[in-house]
Amino acid sequence: MADPIISFQDYGFQYMAQAAPTLHHINLDIYPGEKVLIAGTSGSGKSTIGSCINGLIPFAYPGKKTGTLLVGGKEPDKSSIFELSHTVGTVLQDTDGQFIGLTVGEDIAFAPENNCVPQDEMKELVNRVAKLVDIDHHLEYAPHELSGGQKQRVSLAGVMVEDVKALLFDEPLANLDPAAGRATIELIDMVHERTGAAIIIIEHRLEDVLWRSMDRIVLMDEGRIIADMPVAALLSGRALIEHGIREPLYLTALRYAGVEISEKMHPEHVEKLLLAEEDKEKVRNWYQAQKSQVSRREAGEELLRVEHLDFGYTAGQRTLQDVSFAVHKGEMVSIVGRNGAGKSTLAKLICGFETPLSGTILMENRDLSGDTIKERAASIGYVMQNPNQMISKPMIWDEVEMALVQSGMPKEERKERVEETLRVCGLYPFRNWPVSALSFGQKKRVTIASILVQRPRMIILDEPTAGQDYRHYTEIMDFLKGLNEQGYTILMITHDMHLMLEYTPRAIVFSEGRMLADTTAAHVLNDPDLVRAANLKETSLYTLSMACGIDEPQTFTECFIGYEQKEVR
Amino acid sequence: MARIAILSYIKRDSFVHGLTGRTKLVFFLAWSVASMVTYDTRVLVCMLLFSIAIFRASRIRVRDISFVLGLAAVFLFMNNLFVYLFSPEYGVGLYQSRTLLFTIAGPYTVTLQQLFYHLNMTMKVVCVVPIALLFIACTDPSEFASSLASIGVSYRIGYSVSLALRYIPDIQREYHNISQAQQARGIDLSGKDKLLTRMKNSVAILLPLVLSSLNRIETVSNAMELRGFGRNRKRTWYNLRRMQRSDWIVAILAVVILAVDLLVTFWDGSRYYNPFL
Repeated sequence: MADPIISFQDYGFQYMAQAAPTLHHINLDIYPGEKVLIAGTSGSGKSTIGSCINGLIPFAYPGKKTGTLLVGGKEPDKSSIFELSHTVGTVLQDTDGQFIGLTVGEDIAFAPENNCVPQDEMKELVNRVAKLVDIDHHLEYAPHELSGGQKQRVSLAGVMVEDVKALLFDEPLANLDPAAGRATIELIDMVHERTGAAIIIIEHRLEDVLWRSMDRIVLMDEGRIIADMPVAALLSGRALIEHGIREPLYLTALRYAGVEISEKMHPEHVEKLLLAEEDKEKVRNWYQAQKSQVSRREAGEELLRVEHLDFGYTAGQRTLQDVSFAVHKGEMVSIVGRNGAGKSTLAKLICGFETPLSGTILMENRDLSGDTIKERAASIGYVMQNPNQMISKPMIWDEVEMALVQSGMPKEERKERVEETLRVCGLYPFRNWPVSALSFGQKKRVTIASILVQRPRMIILDEPTAGQDYRHYTEIMDFLKGLNEQGYTILMITHDMHLMLEYTPRAIVFSEGRMLADTTAAHVLNDPDLVRAANLKETSLYTLSMACGIDEPQTFTECFIGYEQKEVR
Repeated sequence: MARIAILSYIKRDSFVHGLTGRTKLVFFLAWSVASMVTYDTRVLVCMLLFSIAIFRASRIRVRDISFVLGLAAVFLFMNNLFVYLFSPEYGVGLYQSRTLLFTIAGPYTVTLQQLFYHLNMTMKVVCVVPIALLFIACTDPSEFASSLASIGVSYRIGYSVSLALRYIPDIQREYHNISQAQQARGIDLSGKDKLLTRMKNSVAILLPLVLSSLNRIETVSNAMELRGFGRNRKRTWYNLRRMQRSDWIVAILAVVILAVDLLVTFWDGSRYYNPFL
C-alpha cells in the first residue's frame, strides 16, 4: 500500500488557553483515495483533528503537541499553512464565511490569485473546476443569490483548484435542508470519483453521510479514538450509541424489533440491507404489537389563527402566499421546508417584525394587526437560532430579567418571576454565573428562559437544535418537550426531520412561499410527492417497512416514535 | 427587510461603467486634486459642466444616490455656515476690495466678495461630489481591490476594502435580525425613551452584533489563510480588466485636465480668480 497522506502517531494536543489536552494518543493513517468519516459529539475532539490536518493548528491556534503528525510526508509545524493548503483542501462548516470573493468566479479564483497564477491560465482553471462541480453557469453570481447547496459547491471548487490530495469537510451538512444535504453527499462522492482525492468528512449526522458509501468510520470521544473500522463493522456494534452518536433510524428500528445486526446484513445503507425472512417476520410482529397502542392526543382550544396571509419583501415578489392555519393550546408544531421557503418570514410576521400585505393573524380570536412588536411579545415569544445573537448581558440573572426591567415591573415581583423561570429551565443553580461559563445548549436555555419570563402563551423557536450533536439535541428537545407538557404551546421552524418526527405530532410544510400540507409528521415523511416538493427526505423507516412487507409506512413510523417515547426514555 | 439606501454599486450599462476600475480611480484622483487646488471660477465652471455631463453619461439617476447627495448638501451647508460665522469678511481680504451689500448685525456684514468666495467654495465641492459618487456607484466592487493594487497600494489594504464591501450587507441583515428580537423583549429603539435609556438599549443590540462579527472575522481569516492569502508579496487578479483604448484616452484626459487646471490656476501667480480688481 502507498504511504499515508496523513499520519498521526501517538499524537496529543493541548490548546494554549486550555488546562488539559484536547487530544490524547491519536493513531490514525489516511491513505490516498480513501473516504473516511470522523464522527463524535461536540467536544469529542473531532474538529481539533481537522484543524491539525489543515494547519490551523499550530498556525492559527497555537498549543502544545506530543507525538508526531505527518501531512503529505511533512510535519505541519515545520511547514506553513500555505504549503499545507496544496495537500489538503478544507471546506469549512460556514460556507458564508468561506465565501470570500464577491462573485462565484472570483471566489474560486482566490487561491490561484494568491499563487500569482497569470490571469488567462486562471480563467481557464476556474472554468474547468466550476464544471467539475456543476456551478459553471453561475460564475457571475453574488453569494446572496445562491442557495446553501450552491454555496457549498463554490466552497468545494475553491479548494479543488489547488489540485489537492485530500479534501477535508468540517460538518458539511450543518446548515442544509435534508435534500440539499443529500445532494452535498452525492457531490462529494462525485468529486471523489472524478479526482481520486482522499475524502475526510467530520460530521455527526451519520445516516445522512452514509447515503453514499464510506470506507471507514473513526469514532471519537473525549479526545480519544474509540473505534476505527469499516462502516458495517461499527454499525453492527453498539459503540455509536454509547458515545452519543445517533445510529441510522432503520437500525434502531431493527434493534427494537429484536433483530441482531451483523456485518453480513450490509447495515451501512438501507437500500442494500439484506434481511433474512425471519428478521422481516420479527419486524412485522413488533409492528403488529405496537400498532394497537398508537394514540393521538386531543387538541385544546384554538390559540393562534392565521388567515390568507400574503407577504413580499419587494414589490411584485411574494415570499408568502395565501397561508392559513390554526394552532391549538398545548400543541407542539413543526414548520418545515427547504431553506428560503418562507418559514422564518412566517415567524417574523406572527411576531410583528414585518407587516403582511394582506390577511390576518388572530390570537385567541383577537386581531393582532394593531399591536406593536412589544405588545405581541407579551403573548408570543421568539427565540432566535443562535443564542449568541440574543444574549446581551454578561450575567445570567440580568439576561433573564431584562424584559421585566424594561416593562417596569417592581423589583420584588421580578425576583420571584425570574427565580421561577430559572427553576423551570433548570438554570436555578447557575443563577449567579456569567453567561460565558455556559455550554451552547445551556446558553440556548438562557435565551429560552429570557423569553419565558414574559409568560408568553406561545413560543416560536427558529432551528432550536441546529448544529447540535445527538446528546445536546436530546437535551434541548427534552427540555422543550417538558415545557410543552407544562402547557406551553410551541411552534418550531426546523429542517431536522428527526426532530419533526420525534417531537412534534403535527407539521406544516412550506415550499416556495406556499403551504403544501398541514398534517401529521409521520405522514409528511411517508408521502413521496410531498417529500420531493418540499425538498425534504423520506425516512429510512419508509424503506425498511416496505422491505419487510408492511405497506403502511406511516403507521410503522408512528409506532417507532411511540415506542421510542414510551420504552426508551 | 427594510433596504437602507446607502451608497453601493449600481449596475447599469454605460460608458462610465465600461471603463476599468483603474481608469476610474486615476480619473477620480486627478479630478479631486484639480478641484481641490483651484479657486479659479472659470476653471470651476468648466469642471462643473463637465462633471454634469459625465453624470448624465453614467446613466445613474439622481434618485439612486439621493440619500448621499442630501448628506453631502448638509455638510456643504454646515461648512459654509461655519466659514461665515468665524470670518464673515474673509473674502474681502482675499480679493482686496470691499463692496458692502448690507449688515446683519455687529461684525456680520454681507459683502459681494464674501458671497463670491462662498460660491467658489461651493462649486469646488459640487465638482468633486458627483465624480466621487460615480466612482463608487459605477465601479464593480470586485474591481476595487485590484485597481487600488494597480496604483501601488498594498493588496492587503485593497482587499480589506473589498471584504468590507462583501460583508456589509451580511452585517446589516444581522443587525436587523438582532434588533427585532431585542424589540420583542421590550427594548424600544423608536425614540420615545430618554437619550440615556436609548443609548443603554442600543448596547443590547451592539454587544451580540460585535461578538458575532468577531466570530465571523475569525472564520473569514481562517478561510483566507487556508487558501493561501498573504503568501506572496504580489498576487494576480481574476477580475482585473485590460486597459482598452477608451481607458487610455480617459486616463490621458485626466492628466491633461489636471495640467490645464494647474496652468490656468497658477498662470497669474494666485489660486484665486479676481474679478474685482
